[in-house]
Amino acid sequence: MEDRQDTFPRLLLHHARVRPLHPATREKDLGIWQTWTWRDVAAEVRALACGLAAQGFKRGMHLAIIGDNRPRLYWSMCAAQALGGIPVPMYQDAPATDLVFVLTDAEIAFAIVEDQEQVDKMLEVQPQVSTLAHIYFDNDRGLRNYETVMSYERLQQLGREFDAANPDFYDREIAAGAATDTAIMLYTSGTTGKPKGVCQTHSALISAARGGIEFDHLTADESILSYLPMAWVGDNLFSYAQALVAGFTINCPESGETVMTDLREIGPTYYFAPPRVFENLLTQVMIRMEDAGAIKRRMFHHFMGVARRYGAEILDGKSVSMGARLNYAIGNVMIYGPLRNVLGMSRIRVAYTAGAAIGPDLFRFYRSIGINLKQLYGQTETCAYVCLQPDGDVRLDTVGLAAPNVELKIGDNGEVLVRGPMLLKEYYKRPDATLESIDADGFFRTGDAGFFDDAGQLKIIDRSKDVGKLANGMMFAPNYIENKLKFFPHIKEAVAFGHDRDSVCAFINIDLGSVGNWAERRGLAYSGYTDLAQKSEVRQLIQECVEKVNAELAGEVGVANSQVRRFLILHKELDPDDDELTRTRKVRRGFVAEKYAVLVDALYGGKAVEHIETQVRFEDGRTNMVAADLVIMDAKTFAPTTKAAA
Amino acid sequence: MTIAARHSGDVILKLDNISLAFGGVKALTDISFDVREHEVRAIIGPNGAGKSSMLNVINGVYRPQHGTITYHGKVRHDMNTHDAAMQGIARTFQNIALFRGMTVLDNIMTGRNLKMKSSIFAQALWIGPARREELANRKKVEEVIDFLEIQHIRKTPVGRLPYGLQKRVELARALAAEPSMLLLDEPMAGMNVEEKQDMCRFVLDVNEQYGTTIVLIEHDMGVVMDISDRVVVLDYGKKIGDGAPEDIRVNQAVIDAYLGVAH
Repeated sequence: MEDRQDTFPRLLLHHARVRPLHPATREKDLGIWQTWTWRDVAAEVRALACGLAAQGFKRGMHLAIIGDNRPRLYWSMCAAQALGGIPVPMYQDAPATDLVFVLTDAEIAFAIVEDQEQVDKMLEVQPQVSTLAHIYFDNDRGLRNYETVMSYERLQQLGREFDAANPDFYDREIAAGAATDTAIMLYTSGTTGKPKGVCQTHSALISAARGGIEFDHLTADESILSYLPMAWVGDNLFSYAQALVAGFTINCPESGETVMTDLREIGPTYYFAPPRVFENLLTQVMIRMEDAGAIKRRMFHHFMGVARRYGAEILDGKSVSMGARLNYAIGNVMIYGPLRNVLGMSRIRVAYTAGAAIGPDLFRFYRSIGINLKQLYGQTETCAYVCLQPDGDVRLDTVGLAAPNVELKIGDNGEVLVRGPMLLKEYYKRPDATLESIDADGFFRTGDAGFFDDAGQLKIIDRSKDVGKLANGMMFAPNYIENKLKFFPHIKEAVAFGHDRDSVCAFINIDLGSVGNWAERRGLAYSGYTDLAQKSEVRQLIQECVEKVNAELAGEVGVANSQVRRFLILHKELDPDDDELTRTRKVRRGFVAEKYAVLVDALYGGKAVEHIETQVRFEDGRTNMVAADLVIMDAKTFAPTTKAAA
Repeated sequence: MTIAARHSGDVILKLDNISLAFGGVKALTDISFDVREHEVRAIIGPNGAGKSSMLNVINGVYRPQHGTITYHGKVRHDMNTHDAAMQGIARTFQNIALFRGMTVLDNIMTGRNLKMKSSIFAQALWIGPARREELANRKKVEEVIDFLEIQHIRKTPVGRLPYGLQKRVELARALAAEPSMLLLDEPMAGMNVEEKQDMCRFVLDVNEQYGTTIVLIEHDMGVVMDISDRVVVLDYGKKIGDGAPEDIRVNQAVIDAYLGVAH
């Protein structure tokens, strides 16, 4: 039999043939890890695809997939692809009204969703989405009295009957697929305007997956934890494309809340997490160490000092003195090894982070205890595959070298441009946007401003549309400043203003966990976020952080004038439910500036206190008002210390 | 999901002329009411009205001086706690009664105690039948854990959990006994709005999925009116109302008992 491995369904058949008994998917169910081999998965997908076909799903149609990372939802993607259909995974925590646009835009007729929560959303939007006719669910809990929806089991049952009646059908459908077909459609989160459907072909995803696998020497024996939203390109690349190309095992956690326990039980060899996950883990470790006994605490701090000095160098294979190596080896037995074990990272060979900037201290912490954490750079339109950090040359402030087969250049306006096999086919039904995003030479405009450092590694400064100018003409990169602020564990979110202004001012969200713990240890009583945020002690704590950032900025070329003059701590946490953040938790700068225009004016108007009242929306749709008198703080600024900035 | 979609069956528990006194204090006076299969039956009333005493009579903690209890067609003067448990009555308590030092999982396993037949020695050595039995029972417990969505605290000692979760663990232990009737003593007391909503959903889910009959005491009128099929109202140990929530809402005696009235 011909063995072309150029589409995902063919890759699945390939693995079912060459490694039928190798675990493909695991899920923890009723407290026990259940395993499906590649052969099992192939059979599951076949039954499901035939079921969808029996129900009228045809080549070119879109299949909505909504839910947490469940094996059946991953299999649904492959089943749709086997029929030449296009899976469209959507964010499971999006409210029903947010889904209407995507469902309508993609003309969804079929949807496979996880549970009652998602079924209810589908039924709620059905009157507005005229095409939506077929809804299937994975988990039947609470759904026994629903009449217009069908269970996954029943759909597969129909599929097996259909398969028995048309035994050639499935193979014929897979044979009809082409590598240039659209394999998946992912909607961009839309920091600006309506979300756009990014169409990625089988060949784009497979070449991105193959490049990454070769770069990091991944094999079929890797094991990963699949816990990031399925609608996000990163999860699609790691949990689906790379798993199907390399043939390794994906593990679905029991629930969103058990991820950390499941991580420890599985002990993945290959791991991906956004910076905030690494940050939360570190915060937990530090809080627990504060509560540990004196001997343990002393030992921890001593050996962490050793790790800070030599750990990263040892990991990079650089030359380090014999004594330091010995010291590190003792630390490895006493502290780093057990710590990696507690974090569930004992077996990790390669770990990646992306999606936001990671703080240098945080990054260095993980690398110093021997976890090979690296950064990558990419976006939905490039299958999250543009730059990777090579082993042995990991720099804190760059995102690495161009990945295999990727061409990279900087445009005249400082924008990063990329070309390669992993580029999107098109934006769905948006030829104007497609044309605009790809230039005449076939380079995709990433929208990020960046430059190459002396070793040719790419350094990203900010979104190019966000990069502005201060009134005096100096560059203003808000993200760059915000990231520096957010690297402090006490600061969860920051929004910097300064475009066309004579100085930089900022809104700050404190981190309730971290500042809460800090307050607790000082016996500072507070009732909730709003109360804690307005304590004068907390304001001083944040002021220190801001001033440290100012001192750092003063020493850097080009941004020395971007020091934060005035800031305030917001009375509420910025929240996607209030449209202040995107679903991927990026600040919607313009929206925030408009919504809190009063506060921006107060910052620049020199006021000391400003009253604000804001409506907040809870997850269940109820609303409430939050009011506070915000005190505006002045921060010390420093004279630029580099010559170039003068 | 509307409540009307559920259907109540025959009367399975009938209390006739129950009177209970502690010395000179009359806790319950001549109370009669019944509970139908698969329904959610609420007992409400001001503090000291005798609600918890009523539950204690039903599962045999207290022996009433007068009256009869008819459970599953069998008429008796009083229940006995062991009998009650054997016949499928499980309960939770107003003040949480869990083993604080034990994990959530172990606490819930204690709810399976009556289903375990092997000897204490076989259990201690974890041999042969005892082992099979424990695995089978553990599976049941895991189903309950899944049902109540407490997977993330499976191995956490109960004493470390917040109050709302402890309440849920207590419900889990009661459910582990696979009861046909569940007595809940103020399951939502001291909870915030979100925890209450969760708890309501779980109570209704239990009722729907397993067809469990539920008798609950609750102070939150919103909750009672939303989830119960029928409500009995006690005041100073006497029954002052009995009927559907919409009838109780307009019952003058009930309004007086709750709002107070000039004597």
